[in-house]
Amino acid sequence: MNDMIVLNDVTKSFLSDRSIKNENGKPHWFTAVEPTSLSIQQGEIFGLMGYSGAGKSTLLRLINMLERPDSGQVIIDGTDLTTLSASELRIARHNIGMIFQQFNLMSNRTVFDNVAFNLTVSGYPNRDIHKRVMDCLEIVDLTDRAGHYPAQLSGGQKQRVGIARAIAPSPKVLLADEPTSALDPATTRSLLTCLRDINEQLGVTIVIVTHEMSVIRRLCDRAALLHQGQLLEVAEVRDGLIQATTPIGKGLVVED
Amino acid sequence: MLTGTELSASIDKLFALRKEIANAFIDTFIMLGISTTVAIVIGGLFGVFLFLSSDRQFLQNKTLYGVLGGITNFMRAFPFVILMIAMSPFTKAIVGTGIGPIAASLVLAIAGSFYFARLVEQNLREVPRGIIEATESMGARPFTIIKVLLNEARSGLILSVTILCISLLSYSAAAGMIGGGGLGDLAIRYGYYRYQTEVMIFIVIVLSIMVIAIQATGNWMANRLDKR
Repeated sequence: MNDMIVLNDVTKSFLSDRSIKNENGKPHWFTAVEPTSLSIQQGEIFGLMGYSGAGKSTLLRLINMLERPDSGQVIIDGTDLTTLSASELRIARHNIGMIFQQFNLMSNRTVFDNVAFNLTVSGYPNRDIHKRVMDCLEIVDLTDRAGHYPAQLSGGQKQRVGIARAIAPSPKVLLADEPTSALDPATTRSLLTCLRDINEQLGVTIVIVTHEMSVIRRLCDRAALLHQGQLLEVAEVRDGLIQATTPIGKGLVVED
Repeated sequence: MLTGTELSASIDKLFALRKEIANAFIDTFIMLGISTTVAIVIGGLFGVFLFLSSDRQFLQNKTLYGVLGGITNFMRAFPFVILMIAMSPFTKAIVGTGIGPIAASLVLAIAGSFYFARLVEQNLREVPRGIIEATESMGARPFTIIKVLLNEARSGLILSVTILCISLLSYSAAAGMIGGGGLGDLAIRYGYYRYQTEVMIFIVIVLSIMVIAIQATGNWMANRLDKR
């Protein structure tokens, strides 16, 4: 197995509220990600799990450089993204799809146009776009909604449009930022099946951020357990159980 | 109450002024057309850069935002009549005269641009941050992101154009003061200085109808374009 994603000692801090000052009067920096190294294999479904404030979303956003790390390397499919120019990074991003908790679909474009938009951005040949959009909508079972606007869809349908949009340019990596957190349990289950199918059929490496243990148990091959910006451990998921070994990690995976 | 004879006398007076009224209409449409178009282009660009240079956007730059915002505030602080007088050397240099509808259009366009810039900035601010982020994550160029922003904000932008157009219509009436021509000018010259109240009433009614028509068209378009 090849490493698809390698994070080498990445760190990220944010300047917190200007009004908060340290004892020495300097602005206070909040460390979202302590030095973290991680490698994710090609074709894997990898979870990033932790409570809010654990730094899991920030870590995910470092992978496609929506957040630029303060230090360290972000190597995707052999390329260190931190060394790329703005235009090289744009090209690299065509290989990294992303879906979001709030879906982030363009509300003034139809389902079809939302998916087609990503293809256009990725430089997909114009004459093939129609077929590719319909193929992707077929994968998420939404071909009958192609002409609808996002406002006319349910939450689960919106997220499936998000998935179709993200996988349209055939990315090697799919990043999922709390994709089921705005959905009810039944919709969550069908969405997880959808992600599983995509992983199996297309071989896309999936990185999923969630605070829901059940999502990790059902979907992931391995999961990084994060706590206050630190990587506690990378746990295997076997027979639907998260094999945590550290004390805090064990505490994290106990469902209430 | 107006008697029948008085009413027909008023209509006769208005009829006698038909040439002036027609010209005033043309002048108003010239002023409105030129100034609205120029304000949409210049103000639109200004507004986009105001937004993009503001905090957390991809051209984030405190100095640029400060300068653009400062210019906008300064230009918007001018009372319109003062701006007309202040700009007259400039309009003379560009169109050869400081009076007339074309000269007035220039002043209206400048005033409208900075007004519209703020409206555009405000509309773009209402586009959910996540949509910009999703577009960035796809590897879209900055120009593509701007197109997405404008498309997502389009119904608000149409309503802003409506507000701009109506404001410019009312400013254009004030432009009559310096010989800008148009309906406002006619209302002042005949309705006020010559005590022809019927001209005044007629023009106020006409202006009201124009405002209602512009607003209704704007609302209709904004509704049609809004898929949120």
